[in-house]
Amino acid sequence: MRARDRMESLCWPVAAGLAGLAAWQWAVAASHSTTFPGPLVVARGFAELARRGVLGPYIADSLLRVGTGFLLALVVGIPLGLLMGWYAAAARALNPVVQLLRPISPLAWIPVSIVLFGVSNFATIFLIFLAALFPIVVATSNGVRGVPELFLLAGRNFGLSPAALVRRVLLPAALPQVLVGLRIALGISWLVVVAAEMIAVDSGLGYLVIDARNAGKRYDLVIAAMLLIGGIGLALDSLARRIEKLPRVRWGFPAA
Amino acid sequence: MIQALGTEDLPAASKVQVRGLNVTFENDGQPIHILKDIDLAVAPGEFVCILGPSGCGKTTLLQVLGGFLAPTSGGVFIDGEPVIRPDPRRIFVFQERGLFPWLTTEENIGFGIDRLGRPERRARIQRYVELVGLGGFERAFPHELSGGMKQRAEVARALAMNPDVLFLDEPFGALDSITRLTLRRELLRIWEAERKTILFVTHDIEESVQLADRIVVLSLRPATVRRVVEVDIPHPRDLSSRRYLELRDSIGAEIGLAHRV
Repeated sequence: MRARDRMESLCWPVAAGLAGLAAWQWAVAASHSTTFPGPLVVARGFAELARRGVLGPYIADSLLRVGTGFLLALVVGIPLGLLMGWYAAAARALNPVVQLLRPISPLAWIPVSIVLFGVSNFATIFLIFLAALFPIVVATSNGVRGVPELFLLAGRNFGLSPAALVRRVLLPAALPQVLVGLRIALGISWLVVVAAEMIAVDSGLGYLVIDARNAGKRYDLVIAAMLLIGGIGLALDSLARRIEKLPRVRWGFPAA
Repeated sequence: MIQALGTEDLPAASKVQVRGLNVTFENDGQPIHILKDIDLAVAPGEFVCILGPSGCGKTTLLQVLGGFLAPTSGGVFIDGEPVIRPDPRRIFVFQERGLFPWLTTEENIGFGIDRLGRPERRARIQRYVELVGLGGFERAFPHELSGGMKQRAEVARALAMNPDVLFLDEPFGALDSITRLTLRRELLRIWEAERKTILFVTHDIEESVQLADRIVVLSLRPATVRRVVEVDIPHPRDLSSRRYLELRDSIGAEIGLAHRV
């Protein structure tokens, strides 16, 4: 019974995927396009990229930029969110700034980051840092504010010092909310790294997209890179979702 | 044995003393008198139920006793010291689920005793896991336990601190009636084994007559001590004995309950 369910849940996406590929092939053939590639041409483009040996290093570069920027955002964002969630005065002081900066697309920071860091790796990392920072700050401060009073009373009753109360009660109680913010931040980081690499560096998947177009209108490589970006983004998200299933946080994700 | 006590003649042997306690909240600029002139003395090792209708201020009284809420006037003294903040020597067992959902049963029970050495801590956790009958569920998380098991775990977490006073705020209120009866019996067994001073808030007359040495009956708001009833029936109590029914009905009449549904 289980095996059959699994078959069925696999069947539909595969069927839809094949139908999509067929429609894509048909549309290219029917329009007699010479620039836009069909799926087979894209597959050959993939093979070419693999042969040239750029895929591995480009993926690694992009992931490294996301990883570094995301980690920096985590290191700054979680304490900041904690501060804003815990101290009403900090929230009053910092919230206007956060709320003002938050709606600005990280892409609008591109000129600023180039002024600050030149056309370099640091410029991309800075953009990812900014993109990831605000979701993390907001989720952490909301998470902290949403911790049930009861847990804090119990913690105080057990004689915890303020520092221990934060570490042993507040943080674990807010963790599921923080994880939601981290997952959102990771998704946005991946969106932003591609855009940032188009402008500021000469490696990575975003660079591959723009370079393939500029150097000879190789749309087969453009589409191949896009599909790869989608696939890696999906993998990152499922990884983040897997963290939500861990026993210490699962209580915070009912019905998930 | 118990009477409303003046501030000047409190017995020194009391574990918990409440003197002239008043609590007033402000709501839309209107003062609301919650507790009025409460005087109370509880002996060491005594089991006292605080009984009153829902919303009368029982929980407020318990929160003041626990040091979570400052009274408007008057005070609470435990071992002669004024209560001004929560203290690990006095543990609160909450009405709602106060277990930490990110910790397993044994981690919850060991939460407050992390300063003990490893072997001693292990031994104490094991002892209370067994005392409350949660053997086999040491590694389970709260969301994997039934309501009754969670409540047992919370009692075990409180006892593991080796407190000398336990505050229980309608701990069995959300459980089904069978589990509730079982847990009452277990609480009595634990109390007889450990002899903690227990202050137990409830709105259930039967529960109070089954459990308490003395029942402090509160009036509706502002809550005052309406009557203190000494329950002179030895444990285990026969719930069909004449004395039990007499006490139950006299408290029911005091609160204004009819004898028939």
